[in-house]
Amino acid sequence: MRNKIKTADEAVSVIQDGASIMVGGFMSCGTPEILIDALVRKNVKNLTIICNDAGVPGRGVGKLLTNGQIKTLIASHVGLNPEVAQRMNTDNEDEKLECILVPQGTLAERIRAGGAGLGGFLTPTGVGTIVAEGKQVLNVNGKDYLLELPLRADFALIRGSVTDKFGNTTYNGTTRTFNPMMATAADHVIVGTCEIVEIGEIDPNNVVTSGIFVDTIVGGEEPWQI
Amino acid sequence: MADLRDFIAKRVAKELRDGDVVNLGIGLPTLVANHLPEGVNIVLQSENGIMGMGPAAEPGKEDVDIINAGAAYVTVNPGAMFFDSATSFGIIRGGHVDATVLGALQVDKHGNLANWIIPGKMVPGMGGAMDLVVGAKKVIIAMLHTQKGNHKILDECTLPYTAINVVDMIVTEMGVMEVTPEGIVLTEINPEYTVDQVKEATGCELIISPDLKDMI
Repeated sequence: MRNKIKTADEAVSVIQDGASIMVGGFMSCGTPEILIDALVRKNVKNLTIICNDAGVPGRGVGKLLTNGQIKTLIASHVGLNPEVAQRMNTDNEDEKLECILVPQGTLAERIRAGGAGLGGFLTPTGVGTIVAEGKQVLNVNGKDYLLELPLRADFALIRGSVTDKFGNTTYNGTTRTFNPMMATAADHVIVGTCEIVEIGEIDPNNVVTSGIFVDTIVGGEEPWQI
Repeated sequence: MADLRDFIAKRVAKELRDGDVVNLGIGLPTLVANHLPEGVNIVLQSENGIMGMGPAAEPGKEDVDIINAGAAYVTVNPGAMFFDSATSFGIIRGGHVDATVLGALQVDKHGNLANWIIPGKMVPGMGGAMDLVVGAKKVIIAMLHTQKGNHKILDECTLPYTAINVVDMIVTEMGVMEVTPEGIVLTEINPEYTVDQVKEATGCELIISPDLKDMI
């Protein structure tokens, strides 16, 4: 079987300027910091980042923002990273950030749909709000729903707790968040994980993400700290 | 201020029933869990992936892999479960959450809610709020009655909506209000205020319940 284990820098070497990248985690809990650090070192620009939030400065995707690598951010919440507002409002066109806000449940489901072969889904969330602008409203059994479309990306950066050499991955506590859906919705999936074990060491009952979704495994992910 | 917040949280807590599945917003709503009446045990859902969330983690005993939706270290109770965000919002939109308690920038007489954006000033994003208020069976707004003297309870929200027609109840330091098809009805009043004072602090017609009670 192909060896999927690489260093963080080798793993992100395939990511080029202008790529779209899903990043797992919620307020950086469940975000693969070692892969983010490698992306900062590679210094690729004009990225489209899809992540629940903007992290905080110096943490999670906040590092990419500080380094001026993000052109478009698709997220549900950016309020805890003041740099987002600064970069959205800047007059410097090179630094200007486009921020697309998506309700959290809709973001999660759009990614799930992207990985599950669905052409979209109907949700009551956002009906009658500015989220509905430009979207089809369908009435089913007397209730209005928005048609939301699937979301995919070139790459997904996933954060695992334990990963075997095939890529089977478990997630501790609340690190799971968007990781399992993102692992299914990108063309190339890289897992940054705390512990790499031999195939067979993880009880199949506990595997959340199958190794079939995983292209590259990087060890050395540290437990997250506030 | 802290006292007012606890006063509001304590009253909200009386709305919850034993066994309810509840999602509490960040800030004032989080305090509700500290004031549950004797014998009322609720199951707290946290949208980042917990059913059965416990109290905040004690300093020195944090598990760095377990946070709440406000990024604070928390514990989980026996019987808890962790899940991914798609499952979490399936639980929320699917009507499996009995009540959600959130703050608001504005609420209007139609039960419309605005609590996620002040265009040009504050664009934090909606997070999970739009899904929560659409999906939860009961939506309780816990907030101060006015913002620096400006009305927050209005005829029509002037800020962009979080959702339309979703608010069931508003609890403030002045009283308890229910949103009905006829408008906003004051059902309980804090004895420290007069009805006229509450009306004055409210930006839409306030219907006074014939059974108006003291808020305690």
